[in-house]
Amino acid sequence: MKHIVLIVLLCFSGAALAEGGILQGNCSACHNIKGPAVQALKAAFEKKGPDLFYAGNKYRQEWLVSWLQKPSRIRPAGMYYGGHIKAGAKGDEIDTSTLTDHVALSKADATLVAAELMKMKPHDDLIAKEKIESGTIAKQMGEMAFTKFLGCMACHLIEPEYGGLSGPEIYTAAKRLQPQYMASFIRSPQAWEPKSMMPNKNLSEVNIQKMIHYLETLSKEATHAN
Amino acid sequence: MPTKSFLLLLLAAFSVQAQAKEVPADNYKAYCVQCHGSEGTGKGVNVRDMSVVPRDHTDAKSMSGRSDETLFKAIKEGGPSIDKSILMPPWGATLSDEEINDLVQHLRMLCKCKFG
Repeated sequence: MKHIVLIVLLCFSGAALAEGGILQGNCSACHNIKGPAVQALKAAFEKKGPDLFYAGNKYRQEWLVSWLQKPSRIRPAGMYYGGHIKAGAKGDEIDTSTLTDHVALSKADATLVAAELMKMKPHDDLIAKEKIESGTIAKQMGEMAFTKFLGCMACHLIEPEYGGLSGPEIYTAAKRLQPQYMASFIRSPQAWEPKSMMPNKNLSEVNIQKMIHYLETLSKEATHAN
Repeated sequence: MPTKSFLLLLLAAFSVQAQAKEVPADNYKAYCVQCHGSEGTGKGVNVRDMSVVPRDHTDAKSMSGRSDETLFKAIKEGGPSIDKSILMPPWGATLSDEEINDLVQHLRMLCKCKFG
């Protein structure tokens, strides 16, 4: 009898997970898992985590499995920096007391959740428009473009202690994200999130490809990406 | 016909909602504060490693030296459009012209100044 109950329970939990149960129950408290993206800033200010309803278009599955088991902060100032700053001696500072850590999952749950997330692909159309050319760029050249010519470092860390803090760190970007997604998001952040904090810098195709190659170079060097 | 009118009305209401104009204080909070700071003094959370310090929007002297058109252009097309830093990005894909005009007026409120 006990065995039957256990089997039924296992089947139920497996079925619930397989149908996105864990996403509905837990992840949806902080993440938008159904879409669409928020259309007003008031709602954007309240976001606690990145939208996941297009996770399958965005993330690398193997990274999701690994990160969900050992989550680390990717956005130094949280999802919306405005909710996590305080006045300091030299200006605004991150108020770390307001930041919360992401829950860690078991390997089995992380694997199931990642598989569910990868099915969520409402933006295949945007991804299909991107062609990533193979190529490399010397780290120094990429860094010069990123910092001096394009100004991306204003908001992004290019290494743990260098760069801006309001956006996500980018030295782990290529480990986390699919290259076509990176290209599409750089090309038009607003196509993904109308109220994105990231501006459309009108990058040329050449510069978009350069940035992808630079992000790939950076991520290969990042030692603590996971 | 009433059905068609109703649908049109619904469509109009929806598209207005989708592109609702934000108030300038919220746009400033969302996009400007990260560099220009919560007080508008140019001391945002991002400035630590910047080669050029963001403009102090409360500095009446420097802000009165810029016309509304120049401020509009800087916000819409970015710093280089007015020969300023690349670190100031273009917000033309994020904000409507109307919202940018509102932001210019918001800056005038912060600096308590006019051009000239």
